[in-house]
Amino acid sequence: MRIFDPHIHMSSRTTDDYRAMRDAGVRAVVEPAFWQGQPRTVVGSFTDYFDSLIGWEPFRASRYGIRHHCTIALNPKEANDPRCLPVLAVLPRYLEKDNVVAVGEIGYDSMTDAEDEAFAAQLALAVEHDLPALVHTPHRDKARGTERSIALIRESGIAPERVVLDHLNEVTVRMAEDSGCWLGFSIYPHTKMDEHRMVAILREYGLDRMLVNSAADWGESDPLKTLHTGEAMYSAGFDTDDVDRVLWRNPTEFYGQSGRLGSGEVETTATEYAGNSVSRGVRKE
Amino acid sequence: MTLPRLREAIRHALTPAAAEWLAAAVAEVTTVARTIHTVFPRVGRRCGRDPLGAYDPQWTIDDGARVLLLAASPAVTEELSVLYRHGDVAEKRAILRGLPYLKIGGAGLPLITDALRGNDPRLVVAALGEYGASWLDDLSYRQGVLKCVFMGIPLREVSGLTHRADEELMRMMRSFAAERAAAGRPVPADLLTFVPDSHRQD
Repeated sequence: MRIFDPHIHMSSRTTDDYRAMRDAGVRAVVEPAFWQGQPRTVVGSFTDYFDSLIGWEPFRASRYGIRHHCTIALNPKEANDPRCLPVLAVLPRYLEKDNVVAVGEIGYDSMTDAEDEAFAAQLALAVEHDLPALVHTPHRDKARGTERSIALIRESGIAPERVVLDHLNEVTVRMAEDSGCWLGFSIYPHTKMDEHRMVAILREYGLDRMLVNSAADWGESDPLKTLHTGEAMYSAGFDTDDVDRVLWRNPTEFYGQSGRLGSGEVETTATEYAGNSVSRGVRKE
Repeated sequence: MTLPRLREAIRHALTPAAAEWLAAAVAEVTTVARTIHTVFPRVGRRCGRDPLGAYDPQWTIDDGARVLLLAASPAVTEELSVLYRHGDVAEKRAILRGLPYLKIGGAGLPLITDALRGNDPRLVVAALGEYGASWLDDLSYRQGVLKCVFMGIPLREVSGLTHRADEELMRMMRSFAAERAAAGRPVPADLLTFVPDSHRQD
């Protein structure tokens, strides 16, 4: 099974996770910019984080044979803090970088006016920089938040096939499907969606525009949920081509719209140096 | 390694469309220096990232094209630190590699020390090129070389060793070898070539 995880926060994972992911078949990931657990209060905290997403984290991933891309944005939660808003002004610089394959995560958290403004401004940036957009649907009041997101996406003029609505569930999947956007599902051990519910959704709605991710963030999560979904698909009677489509070809097609996706081959320049501090000690291959 | 030779190597490496894009970008930067901030991140996508070939086996096409842009800028000293601060790894590496081609004296030294503070071997080794070997003080140069040994970067890729390796650097290398030996861990082969009186323990 080859796996492209289209939404995974590797900054919050260890090197053990990278090794397990590689062993499970993960060869490419997209890490969306999001919050950091502890709220940030200055623009410099964001730029150092963004630099890490285009610098250190892809290097760390390459040590384990995984190609790492990212999306860049001011996330909805922190868009409510006026101290963070000036981040919007530094985004254009990052949206021109090779490894940046979308604007995201944008969207709603509490559906405030400040979130409305940041969301609309960043959809406009996606159009301007010719990038797709990754839209986070809110944890609270999700159905209303998803409706409002779809309305704002329509207003913005970005083509729906260049947008993914993420963290969908049984309640929001229909309206997302009707919007023409891509459909993202974050598979967690206990919360948003699990692999068996996911398989039921795939049976009902088909495999078109479907993206499955493990999110793997600061909360209880599992970076192998993509693998587990593939296994659940097999158990439910889907074939190898179906699994490959959902776990590899769909994310490749969606982010491929940026024109910046790597070929899937991991750069070897970074992996030649075996003694780096990330992988100190003798490695057992 | 001179600008005319680099221009020649790039001319051979680029497709006609890429050559046209680069010529326009160079012309733009020559006229309005700050336009380099717009074109610099796009170089890899426009010109390609394949090896530059015989010019220098370590260099890629985007490295060379970026150095030509830097060399074209009438205000390169002012733009350099901003470009570096906001660059991704490919942009930073090209800047570090390009420093010897620019008429900036020691103004690039803060970029070299920044790269040596980091942990990305691609930048650490680029920082210990010709420019770093010329401008780093003894303490920083020795620490940089030892960091390469520690990270497993081949010392043949480090500039200046023949004339800058001093007795203190040898002592540091021997001490590093002794520490590895005491731990029962392999001593890097590179280091043994350098200080052959250290004992191999693997």
